[in-house]
Amino acid sequence: MIYVVIGFLWLSICLYVILGGADFGAGIVELFTKKRARNKTKEIMYESIAPVWEANHMWLIIAIVILFVGFPEIYTTLSTYLHIPLVLMLVGIIARGTAFTFRHYDAVKDDWQHVYTQIFYFSSLLTPFFLGLIAAATVSHSINPDATGFLDLYIFSWLNWFGVAVGLFTISVCAYLASVFALRETTDRLELGLMIKKSKQTMVFVVITGLLVFITAYVSDIPLFMWVFSKPLGIMATVFATICLLLILRAMNRQKLLPVRALAGFQVIMILVAATYQHNPNIILFANGQHLSLLEHVAAPKTISALGWALMLGSLFILPFLFYLMASFSKQRK
Amino acid sequence: MDDFLAARSQMAMSLGFHIIFSCVGMVMPFLMAFAHWKYLKTNNEVYKGLTKAWSKGVAILFATGAVSGTMLSFELGLLWPQFMKHAGPIFGMPFSLEGTAFFIEAIAIGFFLYGWDRFNKWFHWFCGFLVGLSGLASGILVVAANAWMNSPAGFNYVDGQYVNIDPIKAMFNEAWFPQALHMTVAAFCATGFAVAGVHAYLIIRKKNVEFHTKAFRIAAGFALIGAFGAPLSGDVAAKSVAKRQPIKLAAMEAHFETEKGASFVIGGIPDEKKEEIKYALKIPKVLSFLVANDFNAEVKGLKDFPKDEWPPIAVVHYAFQIMIFFGVVMIIIGTVYLYALFFKKEWLTKNWLLKTFLYATPFGYIALEAGWTVTEVGRQPWIIYGIMRTVDAVTPMPGIQYSFYFFTAIFISLSLIIVFLLKRQIQMVPRLYDPTDAQFNPKNKKL
Repeated sequence: MIYVVIGFLWLSICLYVILGGADFGAGIVELFTKKRARNKTKEIMYESIAPVWEANHMWLIIAIVILFVGFPEIYTTLSTYLHIPLVLMLVGIIARGTAFTFRHYDAVKDDWQHVYTQIFYFSSLLTPFFLGLIAAATVSHSINPDATGFLDLYIFSWLNWFGVAVGLFTISVCAYLASVFALRETTDRLELGLMIKKSKQTMVFVVITGLLVFITAYVSDIPLFMWVFSKPLGIMATVFATICLLLILRAMNRQKLLPVRALAGFQVIMILVAATYQHNPNIILFANGQHLSLLEHVAAPKTISALGWALMLGSLFILPFLFYLMASFSKQRK
Repeated sequence: MDDFLAARSQMAMSLGFHIIFSCVGMVMPFLMAFAHWKYLKTNNEVYKGLTKAWSKGVAILFATGAVSGTMLSFELGLLWPQFMKHAGPIFGMPFSLEGTAFFIEAIAIGFFLYGWDRFNKWFHWFCGFLVGLSGLASGILVVAANAWMNSPAGFNYVDGQYVNIDPIKAMFNEAWFPQALHMTVAAFCATGFAVAGVHAYLIIRKKNVEFHTKAFRIAAGFALIGAFGAPLSGDVAAKSVAKRQPIKLAAMEAHFETEKGASFVIGGIPDEKKEEIKYALKIPKVLSFLVANDFNAEVKGLKDFPKDEWPPIAVVHYAFQIMIFFGVVMIIIGTVYLYALFFKKEWLTKNWLLKTFLYATPFGYIALEAGWTVTEVGRQPWIIYGIMRTVDAVTPMPGIQYSFYFFTAIFISLSLIIVFLLKRQIQMVPRLYDPTDAQFNPKNKKL
């Protein structure tokens, strides 16, 4: 049953990164779009996302609940030593969710729209940055429970160049996902051309920030290169991710768009697999060489079995309903 | 401000804020679904407009409830890591089920808000109803988790270790039913009165009278369920508290001496040092009757418990008095309204009746927040009653007061924006929602 629970944890993290990420990305892309094209971009990206966005963010809650019920030690370690970036990420989540709703549901459309929009942009940027930073901190041996000073315990547990690089990489991935996902929402050649241009730009950023992640990892003595390339699965995942990238480029050049969403989603999953497989099931690596493992630091068996059943039953209700929702609104504009 | 107090304050504020929105999320979809059902039955366009207007309120308040709920799921660990480390696997079951309910709510709300004229009309209606149903389920499940903190079950505590963990037993602890019942009823009461009050105000101002009268009648009906259900469910809850947490009951009543035929204390100023209450109105033997159905039953007083296990008496006592006071006022208003509904139809349009409802707008929420203060402060100094003290659960990270100030600022600004947004929704009723109004043109703005 523990594997069912870990499976659901993985599923919800992946889906949050892909669906929630694309959602954040929409804000990021809009922020970096020139004023002239902003309204067009906004229209393409939002008409289809509006009914679904709230559901996209539920995956984070599912992941957190799985962590605190099934892996309490991991959850409390994260929330103790990464308190500050978690709070900053939370602020991002609160600001973004409310600003999006307010901008959408304010009955009067006036100057306030500008305020909501600015908050929305910056929180779209802030949240994935800290999400990446937090993920980086779990594996960069920077959490040090033996430290004594405030700075060493609660600041340098997450503040390092590698974390910043992963944060920037996460931002790029979100923007990339949003642009690729929006390709299918375009209604004419002009819109399609605009979004293809954006997808290519964001793709370049993903590659650049990805290199940055490897460079900072090398400088900070994090064996990222070894994790990714020392085992066949890591190499395979990297190869698959690259193939997806090429396929998406090809699809865009020919303007045949059928599987781009699935490809981009798969690509992101492959990146996650490549980055985490080597130290799996160890999910937190401490500075003192110890680690927390998904297989060892687990709640009582009865809890895990109850949690596994709850998740399986829950997904019976959620998944069909969710797919129906996504399918119903994905072609709304056509 | 020390870190422990800051952590408690931040938690209290986050919960106090979240409760308002989660209660709206539990009840307002039912108001909306009721109006929608009326529309489908009568084809009266006013009900359709009302459904849409309320659904916008639900969307705004649900989104706020969703983000504040997300925040709480992190805050439990950010502020109380020692608690979550041990309690998470025991009382986490309702949270994992709540995840499902919450997810369904989010999906259903997507269908409902964007589903006009796109789906079978009864499927569309059902989605609106489902928002309420899953909201209600979420609320009950979260309360079950809270109930576990009051009435720990589903494990054995041996030499500081939590063994024989059974999350199902933990979920169905002794307190879950009384607490969930009282909370559900209170949510109906608070939301019903709040919505009815807003519409009463607009009728008094002679704005879109037909529209707001229909809204007022529906909301007042829901308020009635709450007003009359609250004392009944409260009685169940009080009897359960008396049995499980006699010290909490004693604090609620500022009842210091153990006695037979204990009197029900109204008002007064409790003095913890002198262990007495001054200037209180005491009704003999009623407390004994209320907790045990026997006028001569013995009720334990605070002096029977070690002083380091006392909750802050004054806070709990005053909060309880506030809850009872507003509860009684709402019962009186409810009775008058019910009488008018059956015997004096002409009262229903009278300004005095509407004004009464206008003044009562916040009463339900005041009672609700006071009730939660009784539950939470009354459990202190324990975070898990009798097992773990709150002070032992707090995060080791210093500087929590800055986090508290920061979140206070966020919550205040969010509250202001929400009030502002709801006001603008209401201002736009003639143009967007009321088809009988001359200015009505929903195409003015995209939905």
